[in-house]
Amino acid sequence: MPLLEVNQLSITFTQYDRGLRQKKVPVIQNLSLAVERGEIVAVVGASGSGKSLLAHAILGILPHNAAVSGRMAFDGQPLTPTVIRKLRGKRIAFVPQSVQSLDPLMRVGDQVRQAVRTGDPAAEQQRAFAQYGLAPQVARRYPFQLSGGMARRVLVSIATVSGAELLIADEPTPGMDPAVVQETLRAFKAFADKGTAIVFITHDLEAALTIADKVAVFHAGATLEVTQAADFEGKGERLRHPYTRALWLALPQNGFAIPDEEAGETQICSLKHEA
Amino acid sequence: MKRTGISRFLLRQAGKLALLLAASCVITFILVSHSPIDPTQAYIGADLLRVGAEQRDAIAEYWGLNDPPLQRFFFWFGSLLQGDFGTSMIHRAPVSEVIADRFLSSLVLMITAWVMSGILGFTAGVTAAMKRGSWLDRAIQWYCYTLSSTPTFWAGLLLLIVFTVWLPIFPVGLGTPAGVLAEDVTWLDRVRHMILPALTLSITGLANIALHTRAKLIDVLGSDYVLFARAKGEEGFVLFRRHGLRNILLPAITLQFASFSELFGGAVLVEQIFSYPGLGRATVEASTRGDVPLLLGIVLFSTLFVFTGNLLSELIYRWIDPRIREGQSI
Repeated sequence: MPLLEVNQLSITFTQYDRGLRQKKVPVIQNLSLAVERGEIVAVVGASGSGKSLLAHAILGILPHNAAVSGRMAFDGQPLTPTVIRKLRGKRIAFVPQSVQSLDPLMRVGDQVRQAVRTGDPAAEQQRAFAQYGLAPQVARRYPFQLSGGMARRVLVSIATVSGAELLIADEPTPGMDPAVVQETLRAFKAFADKGTAIVFITHDLEAALTIADKVAVFHAGATLEVTQAADFEGKGERLRHPYTRALWLALPQNGFAIPDEEAGETQICSLKHEA
Repeated sequence: MKRTGISRFLLRQAGKLALLLAASCVITFILVSHSPIDPTQAYIGADLLRVGAEQRDAIAEYWGLNDPPLQRFFFWFGSLLQGDFGTSMIHRAPVSEVIADRFLSSLVLMITAWVMSGILGFTAGVTAAMKRGSWLDRAIQWYCYTLSSTPTFWAGLLLLIVFTVWLPIFPVGLGTPAGVLAEDVTWLDRVRHMILPALTLSITGLANIALHTRAKLIDVLGSDYVLFARAKGEEGFVLFRRHGLRNILLPAITLQFASFSELFGGAVLVEQIFSYPGLGRATVEASTRGDVPLLLGIVLFSTLFVFTGNLLSELIYRWIDPRIREGQSI
């Protein structure tokens, strides 16, 4: 049984159109995803494809004007708002996308310690900082004194010290230097090897493929395809969806290729259109 | 490095204060010398019929009222620099003594009102923001908008009608009971006389801080770090204490310190209504009865008072906000 199961998830925002007329804007449609314990599932898609909203829906922190339908279950238990409130921060941890997620008036060391659920908070925080290459004195700093990459490492520390069984990381790596990205990815892999399930949301297919077991390709609010990471090889013959194949072939090592088959063409066009 | 930063800041503030005081000296002097108050007339007062024209001229000559304005200004400014504010005509006492005496009774009133409006306003603002959209929030907002558009003197009159006429709980006015010897007045009497004026000052003063705190907390609650805190399982009071409080307390404190000018302005009105013998009432008396030395003294003193409030709010920001405190050292 998967640790996290998302079935036919749809998210719709209610907005005021003109005057008092309400408009329903669907942002995610019929999305399905399953993550086993010890498995890393990368959710890959372009910016604006609704990836972050998926994370927010699982954590129950969507804005009030969002309506959610479909089923989500954690460890076989349906994720109702009450259940989510009990799980988050304990069994489900989150790495947010925004570096503004750190409290500007609290020392970052304290922010990490507050997330510790078992064990000695100070020791856990120091261990996490050492692991992600943050000097011990960084704990005494305030967020405004950190670079973007350091702030992200603090966010990753916060998520990992909680000892959660499910880690949802929303674009955790931008702004880090390549060595730290590798270290962070290795840390994720190590957590997965110890049984943590990880949802790794990113637009960086290459980074995702280095650690992911499965890749869910996400486009315009829907999963196009969930595939084994191993399928991304050669000319992408084993990838079923043309968009996925186009994404794979567009990577530098594959020669930035733009597919010329008819199916691929339409997908690329729609992609360009959105950008 | 940090030390020189602070001392340079204080030096610059001292320079600002000197300029500000000099400017208010010049401006008030000009205003007063062009005002319709005739100092000789004001001095003679009711003895008008017994003082002849020659005597008035003699007084004017003695005071140097016929000298050129610039010369008079430098004479006054010179004594000011030596700490001599002159003698109050109404009170027949040195201006500095009158101000010190009146300021003490005003100070108790203002501090009480300041603390009450700060605490009540902050609490009301926090409650409204945490219960945003509820009936409680709407009630608090309604109250604040009503009170911030209410003139202080009118609120004072209402309280007078309710608490002294309809329900005679508090005395109608004055700082101490009438007809009681000064040494027989207990502190309880003083408190009883202070409650209504202080209440008037604080119920109108709290609207500002409450609305400001509410808006600020709503911003904070919509921030990325509060969203993240909720994703970490924090909620309710813990979330407020960890992330809400520290992010709204600082602006609230500085706003409260920067409100010294409104506090003083409010005290002038309130003391007038309640015949409370403080500095505000002394101001009104000095200006209506032409006590020029006292008026000038009070203007300078209140300038200093408001400046101190603003300086304190800036210092507190520097001490408490890590973004300013540690910003220079990195």
